[in-house]
Amino acid sequence: MKAQPIKGPLDDPWSRMMTASIAGDDGAYRRLLEDIGRSVRAMARAAFTRARVGDADIEDAVQETLLAIHLKRHTWDSGQKLAPWVHAIARHKIVDALRRRGRRKVEPLENFEEFLAAPEAEDPHALSDARKLLETLAPRQRDIVRSISLDGQSIAATAKRLSMSEVAVRVALHRALKSLGAAWRRSVG
Amino acid sequence: MRTSEFIAALAADPIPTPIRLGRRIAAALVIGVVGSLALYLLLLGPRPDIAEAARTVRFCLKFVDSLAFALPSLLLMLRLARPDAKPRALALWLVAPFILLAAGVVVELFIVPQSAWMSRLMGANAMHCMITIPMLAAPVLAALIVALREGAPLHPALTGALAGAASAGIAALFYASSCPDDSPLFVATWYPLATLICMGVGALAGRRFLAW
Repeated sequence: MKAQPIKGPLDDPWSRMMTASIAGDDGAYRRLLEDIGRSVRAMARAAFTRARVGDADIEDAVQETLLAIHLKRHTWDSGQKLAPWVHAIARHKIVDALRRRGRRKVEPLENFEEFLAAPEAEDPHALSDARKLLETLAPRQRDIVRSISLDGQSIAATAKRLSMSEVAVRVALHRALKSLGAAWRRSVG
Repeated sequence: MRTSEFIAALAADPIPTPIRLGRRIAAALVIGVVGSLALYLLLLGPRPDIAEAARTVRFCLKFVDSLAFALPSLLLMLRLARPDAKPRALALWLVAPFILLAAGVVVELFIVPQSAWMSRLMGANAMHCMITIPMLAAPVLAALIVALREGAPLHPALTGALAGAASAGIAALFYASSCPDDSPLFVATWYPLATLICMGVGALAGRRFLAW
């Protein structure tokens, strides 16, 4: 499905990709999240460097931001650009991540355009704590998230393996992601 | 977990139907106000001499003040419900009701003899005000918090506190028509205290229910 040119054409690529995602284009959504991830990673690295904390938690900040965006994507006002919305959420989550590392005074990062222009690819060896947080989920939810993320299985294959309906798998996945967001928040303290 | 793996899980979760947050909050506001109105009609009702009172400046000032407080609180809350909010200019409007209130107090101090100041300030029933405004505010606050859960506020406690402020302003509109005390000395003392209670409850509810 192609993105419809809606009222007030937003010509930036992110807004277009999000509009396409909402219209049901899963590929566009995945590309958008990967794109956002690269910019947030650059932004997180700059913030972590400036606050003089190691880069161990950068992927956590990236993934927590992506999850927050994911859980609230349907509330994005399609008449506004996506980038400032993403930036606000990312800044907030990065500040949270720095607080977790014991940094009290955290300067806000304003120059998001810079990070948009200089995205940073994922280091395949950098892991987040999400795997640890998965342990807090109910066993069935954990199994489903693992299957789709770590094992790269499709919803259909996961449903078949667990002898569940695809709808039930989707519902469980959605609940799991919401709980994961809550678990992340709790770990902020 | 690697981010690419994590994204696979996110991408498998289908997108919900987009919502219009403004409409949700407007609908919640209507429901909350109907609840407040029901409580008001059930438990309070307008004061008997309302027709005469409506011709006095003091009485009318109570409504202007409440409205001047409720409106910017509500609009500010609406903005903070989104992460990319730019609330600065709007926040200044929150000063307006306090200037208005202060001006009313100054005039009152000039035209009322000093010996009457304290009795004007205490009014007929200050405790009634402190209990009634939060009670009338409760339905509005509850409805707003439920609607705000659909939003994405980055500052849950502050957003909740503003919902409390807006609900207190609306409750004060109802309460003002029932309360026999019109002196700005009374209004400037007890209304803000009752509002603070609502804001405190709102902040706690925001922290509890609006974090995401």
